Amino acid sequence: MRGITTGCGLLIIALTLAVGGFLIIRGTVTFTVFRHSVSEFLFSPNWDPVDSAGGYGGHVGAAVYICGSLMTCALALLIALPFSLAAAVFMTEISPRVGAGFLQPTVEIFVGIPSVVYGWVGLTVLVPFIKNVFHAPMGGFSVLAAGIVLSVMIFPTITTISADAMRAVPQSMRTAAYGMGATRWQMIRGIVIPTAGDGILTGVITGLSRAFGEALAVAMVIGKTRAFPKNILYPTSNLTAAIAADMGNTASGGEYNQALWTMALFLLLISLFFIILIHLIPAIRKRRAES
Amino acid sequence: MKNNTLRAFAAAAALLVAVSMAGCGSVTGVPTDTAASAAPATAAPATSAPAATSAPAASATGAAATTAAGTAVSGSVTASGSSALLPLAQEAAKEFMATNPDCSVVVNGGGSGTGLKQVAEGSVDIGNSDVFAGEKLDASAAQGLVDHEVCTITMAPVVNSTLGVTNLTTDQLVSIFTGKTTNWKDVGGPDKAIMLVTRPSSSGTRALFRKWALNGQDEASNAALETDDSGTLLQTVQQNDGAIGYVALSYLVNAEGVQAVSIDGAEPSLENTNNGTYKVWGYEHMYTRGDGSAASQAFISYITGDVFSQKLESMGYGVTAKLSADAAAAHRN
Repeated sequence: MRGITTGCGLLIIALTLAVGGFLIIRGTVTFTVFRHSVSEFLFSPNWDPVDSAGGYGGHVGAAVYICGSLMTCALALLIALPFSLAAAVFMTEISPRVGAGFLQPTVEIFVGIPSVVYGWVGLTVLVPFIKNVFHAPMGGFSVLAAGIVLSVMIFPTITTISADAMRAVPQSMRTAAYGMGATRWQMIRGIVIPTAGDGILTGVITGLSRAFGEALAVAMVIGKTRAFPKNILYPTSNLTAAIAADMGNTASGGEYNQALWTMALFLLLISLFFIILIHLIPAIRKRRAES
Repeated sequence: MKNNTLRAFAAAAALLVAVSMAGCGSVTGVPTDTAASAAPATAAPATSAPAATSAPAASATGAAATTAAGTAVSGSVTASGSSALLPLAQEAAKEFMATNPDCSVVVNGGGSGTGLKQVAEGSVDIGNSDVFAGEKLDASAAQGLVDHEVCTITMAPVVNSTLGVTNLTTDQLVSIFTGKTTNWKDVGGPDKAIMLVTRPSSSGTRALFRKWALNGQDEASNAALETDDSGTLLQTVQQNDGAIGYVALSYLVNAEGVQAVSIDGAEPSLENTNNGTYKVWGYEHMYTRGDGSAASQAFISYITGDVFSQKLESMGYGVTAKLSADAAAAHRN
């Protein structure tokens, strides 16, 4: 029994390392073999890699894609966070019975909806809506559409994790706050949210890393125009959409293909960064509390 | 206990290898029939260079197959690649299997690059591609692959049917797709902003359109929407009255709300493709290693054969054998 569980654990570790190692090997070819600089990849908007086996000499500036990923995620967070916090507060503080019996399961169903469904609904409802209401220049395909679709996708993640953190706030702290004459709103604002802060932040980061890695739903509504958007009604492109669009057709081992692998490696590094951040939060908090 | 741990380690190692191989793209969902893939080694002299098969030769093998249609073949054929060819290949596979019940044909998409890579590696029997193998593979990998030009595919510019533009000159088309012309009124249409809808830069459809419709000029990627597939492109053009894009004729068979645009007065149709007046078309390729297994050969002959040709045209693809000499000569690189 112990052997099996140990084996499974080791397998997961081995798999993760294998995927990571593979991405590092493939993703660094852009820099080692094709001699592009890391700063070109990160900051140049000039994307024109050569798509033929062994051909090179193009440009691999992925700044538009990176910027697109960052913008859509930031917008999604901006939209989702107020709703998530409000829902979590309602579920834990205002109406725990409705929250636990009705709202929580509903929110959890959201997590199970496949991303292609979100994308499709976005494409058929949201995109025409943005076109008609805001008169978006490119038929409604926009950063705004991508941000809204993503916000719906990360809303349940942030809500569930935040609600769990709020539930973990000791009842005695609430009682103490009421005892000092605090109103319910003062108690929520002054006691529950700050105390659950770590948990909320964990939820936010988990949501963000999901948003960053989401490809399908975003690709369907972002428009995939390779340019910085003038405002949120303009289309742009992002890392995952670019990889998904070109991975099957590019010549294997060519400059284009390797540049896509570099983008994949970059995505992995970002999500690693998020995960490390989640693990660091309690330690940072603790140190700050001590000093 | 120790033994168990060791076994788990071995399993982990095996999976690790499998994963890294899958990442390299050498594993397909369907295991290749060993007997079928062993056959071409003897049957195929590797001297036949890629793209050497000319159109008349392909039609000749097609005719041979139809006369021998009585004898059913057995075995299995796996194919992957081009999404433009996918609907046709799948339909052909269905009908082929109906007449050859002992033969199993599985066709997957994945893109031209994937199809060529997998056939070169031997992980599929047939690699479907919109482009010549030499454009996506290095010379050593492309060598030994035999090109079968199974059909032609015609690309048409499409606009929203409410726009009222039905003809553009090549110069106007180039100007529109390179982002120089941004309003329809400059090319004889209504006062409406032009919305470009294109395909990803690695797409075979885009490469074909760039080469034959835009005189090799690059599209303005920084001002165009990009769609992963022709279906989405059509939908986008349907929903936006200023939009222009391009799709294969096969997508226009049952399409509503879109208008195919003539180029220099030549209407995009199979007829005009065959007689050489319409220039934006290309060959769809099926590549085999060597001449391919007996089953693969039979399948390819079936697609190019007379029996299937009617179905092929009804789906919007062109029969290679019907190309006029002029049309074929204009496209010989």
